[in-house]
Amino acid sequence: MDERSVWEKIADQLRSRSMWMLHYCTGCGAVELPPSMTSRFDMERLGMGPMATPRQADILLITGYLSVKTLRRVIYTYEKMADPKYVIGFGSCTINGGIYFDSYSTINRLDYYLPVDLYIAGCMPRPEAILNAFNTLMEMIRKGEANGWKRYKENYEWYKQNQLRSLGEVIVHDEFHE
Amino acid sequence: MTGLATAGRVAGVLFTAFFFGLTFEGIGRKITARIQKRYGPPWYQNFIDVFKTLTKHGWTHGWIFDFGVLMALGGVIATLSFVPLGNLVAFPGLDNFFVIAYLFTVGALGMAMGMVGTGNPWASIGVARALTLMLGYEVPYLIVITTLLFYYKTGNISSIIEAQAQAGEWNIVKFPIGALVALISLQGMLGKEPFEAPIAPAEIASGPMVELSAKYMGLLMLMNTFMEFIEISLFVDFFLGGGTFFVFLLKYFIVWTFAVMVSAVLPRFRIEQAVAFYWTVPILLAFLQAFFVVNGWVF
Ligand code: SF4
Repeated sequence: MDERSVWEKIADQLRSRSMWMLHYCTGCGAVELPPSMTSRFDMERLGMGPMATPRQADILLITGYLSVKTLRRVIYTYEKMADPKYVIGFGSCTINGGIYFDSYSTINRLDYYLPVDLYIAGCMPRPEAILNAFNTLMEMIRKGEANGWKRYKENYEWYKQNQLRSLGEVIVHDEFHE
Repeated sequence: MTGLATAGRVAGVLFTAFFFGLTFEGIGRKITARIQKRYGPPWYQNFIDVFKTLTKHGWTHGWIFDFGVLMALGGVIATLSFVPLGNLVAFPGLDNFFVIAYLFTVGALGMAMGMVGTGNPWASIGVARALTLMLGYEVPYLIVITTLLFYYKTGNISSIIEAQAQAGEWNIVKFPIGALVALISLQGMLGKEPFEAPIAPAEIASGPMVELSAKYMGLLMLMNTFMEFIEISLFVDFFLGGGTFFVFLLKYFIVWTFAVMVSAVLPRFRIEQAVAFYWTVPILLAFLQAFFVVNGWVF
């Protein structure tokens, strides 16, 4: 791993204490997010909060299964986020397809398509597991280990190949009429 | 020598707005959290948020966008340096309400221009809503403030503060109806519920801010803090009698807390409901206050 400068280290401290997340709620796992945000588990205590737009977000939460059609949106969304950005795969569907492992329309492993920094196992993970994962991610950011965004740039060709293979021949006219 | 002193005072005002603005915002988040029975983030969370956004690498959307962001921040900083913080006045004698009202639009227009320059439809909708809302709260607010200026026969804010000190009575007692109208307008200026329609994160993806990444977001957060500082400072100066620097900050904090608490328990108006509301209740009250003042019924 390349050495971080002092400024990068300070910046990483700041980044780990203020994480804005964009939750891409496709799967059922998303119902665990409201309890993690509201009074019982109170995610804002850690400086985290939901953000409405990818431009401002630091974390992309993929909460569950992704169909091939939503995959394209997720990729658009990820590429719109500002560096450094982190991806959390949420629930077993993002790890190996979960109960949809043999479905014709969903993808099985998220990290073929996007650089996942952290997975949360479970179907679905409880709020405790989610907060635990956020703590781990903060720790990783402070240590400079959460660099999926660099991996994505370095291995862009490989990711692109995988994305294209899943999406098939893509002719995009514009975002709404593909 | 005087130039140096002025520079020192301007720096003082800007630093106060930066430090206390962000601190009070952090405390406001904590208060909202407590109302919702949560623990809430630490009071310095907003400092971390701003500095974090400044460390990230964002995108520009063309020179109109860049220019708009700079114009917004610059315009608001220019306005701020004319606002008296109690007895801390950066340019004594020049702290005229009309100067502030005039300069304030530079910031707002810069924001509108830059955000529309991103080309994102949500941004345009957000800006349109912000300007529509402005049409709502500005009218009653300006009626009340002009009434005040008419009563004191001056546009100078420091003189109004002094007049209150000499009368030994704050304007909130002297003009209770006007103060109420100004308070309702303040809620809209701050963009707090029930007048939160321009931002509306759940509906139009935070409106004007939708395309702001990283550094730009940080600058606009600062601008927002400064804008809130100006708006509340004006209320404190006009209606709560200004006071020395620390008394001023205390009054500021009370007004801010009140606004936060109101916003924490209310839902949101739709934009046309908000304007319709402003153009019925507050505008009538504002006219009532103006009527009283013109007839000399002030005690
Ligand atoms: S992991 Fe389970 S809870 Fe999560 S999306 Fe898949 S099926 Fe739903």
